[in-house]
Amino acid sequence: MTLLSTQGLSRNFDGLRAVHDVDFDLPEGQVRALIGPNGAGKTTFVSMLCGRILPSSGRVMFGGKDISHLPAHRRINLGMAYTFQITSVFANLSVFENVALAARRRVAGAEVAPVVNAVLGRVGLHERPDQNAGDLSYGHQRLLEIAMGLAQAPRLLILDEPTQGLTDQEIADFKALIGDLKATTTILLIEHNMSVVMEVADIVTVLNFGEVLAEGPPEAVHANPAVQAAYLGTG
Amino acid sequence: MRDGRKTLGLHLGLLALLFALQFVLPAYHHGNLARIMVLAAYAVGYNILFGYTGLLSLGHALFFAAGMYGMGLLVNQTGAAPLAALMAGVIAGALVAAALGVLALRTEGVAFMIVTLMFAQAGYLTVLYFGAYTRGDEGFVIQQAQRVMAGIDLSDPSNRYFAGLLVFGLAMLINLWLVRTRFGRVLIAIRENEERARMLGYDVFVHKLGAVVLSGTISAMAGASYGLLFGYVGASFASVQYSIFPLLWVLLGGAGTVIGPFLGTLFMFYLIDLSSGLTTAYMLIAGVALVLLTLFAPQGLAGELRNRVWRWLP
Repeated sequence: MTLLSTQGLSRNFDGLRAVHDVDFDLPEGQVRALIGPNGAGKTTFVSMLCGRILPSSGRVMFGGKDISHLPAHRRINLGMAYTFQITSVFANLSVFENVALAARRRVAGAEVAPVVNAVLGRVGLHERPDQNAGDLSYGHQRLLEIAMGLAQAPRLLILDEPTQGLTDQEIADFKALIGDLKATTTILLIEHNMSVVMEVADIVTVLNFGEVLAEGPPEAVHANPAVQAAYLGTG
Repeated sequence: MRDGRKTLGLHLGLLALLFALQFVLPAYHHGNLARIMVLAAYAVGYNILFGYTGLLSLGHALFFAAGMYGMGLLVNQTGAAPLAALMAGVIAGALVAAALGVLALRTEGVAFMIVTLMFAQAGYLTVLYFGAYTRGDEGFVIQQAQRVMAGIDLSDPSNRYFAGLLVFGLAMLINLWLVRTRFGRVLIAIRENEERARMLGYDVFVHKLGAVVLSGTISAMAGASYGLLFGYVGASFASVQYSIFPLLWVLLGGAGTVIGPFLGTLFMFYLIDLSSGLTTAYMLIAGVALVLLTLFAPQGLAGELRNRVWRWLP
């Protein structure tokens, strides 16, 4: 079953066609990687999915419902979670409270703390719940972003460059985490790290100049000459 | 949980101290403190929007005055009972806050400040325009006979002190309760990072509107009580000065702290009181003290306390 799809989704910034006429289908339970050179329109595309940016034209369907005109918070409440590319945590609040704010979307009262602690354990931040989020290292802030996504127990988890700034060990842990989540959550992942893409993605979609250049299993996309050309900039 | 107990202990301790002071303070300070407590309730209301939600309003005099005039006009024009009039004032403030919130929250940042300022000025001019009822700048007195609530004469200093304590205590306990609720925590999240709060699925507009209404209602409660306790309703309470005061009190006392508004109001009241006893240029002394405090304690008195001593201060 298709969880998320777009039809003819486009966004222009004045004269710039950031995203152009993208048809996209994401079946439930899949891990999809979205790759492409810098400026290919990846973040603009997912921002339209979750409502941070409104499209110039086109439709977004989620769970069989047209959500094109819903404000961001309503889309999130339908079961999307979005983690920011540029780390956006509540810097002056504790790590615990950051995740609790995400968890309180679906649990209340005494149920919050166990959920938060479980999520913090999953990303390896369980030893520092009282620390201010702003005092965490960059990599730990990335993990906190992911934790805030997990705490919402979303149907669709959109991760915008989650492994940026993580250590090799943290990246290995992240891959394992995605492996665990697969059973319950559909994941859309913008990622630059090819080892992550090759190992965790079921299907890869390549964006270039705002359009879908290629789509398929990781190996096939990796071997695609057009994709290679786009990345090397000789296309 | 231990922090929770300390928090409750500190704030209930403050209320107990204020209660006890009633019996030992000389008449002059006794009267001052009654006034300070009601004004501090106003500051608490202001702080909910400014300190906890991160919205800087320059128009809170509108709410203070809505409460004061809602109460005062009813008593003066219709001879309504004080308690009913007080309630009417609070409701008037809530309605005005809801209307202003719906309109002003379409804007952000500096525009929000300007829009709230303009609405408050419009409110001030409205008071002057309907001078036949409000008596404009001159204002009107609420007679002692009209200030007897359930057999308690609110013009009596002792009763007035307890009423002030009640108003302040109520505002502070609402504030304490608020920061423990999900709603209150979302307000803090909006203050810290509005976009992130939205992308966690919170309806930012609805939460901000709730904050404006709660803040405006508490401000109106303070305004209505002030008029009733001190027996005077005048246009100066609707002027821009009374929008700036709570901002100053909260900044001095510590924005986003429960105890800060009281400390700030107390400090500022006595700063002006003491310096005016020394010189006619008392605003100069007050100004210098404010500049020093801003330089060396930018987070206000309670903010510094939180940074240095009591990390758990809500």
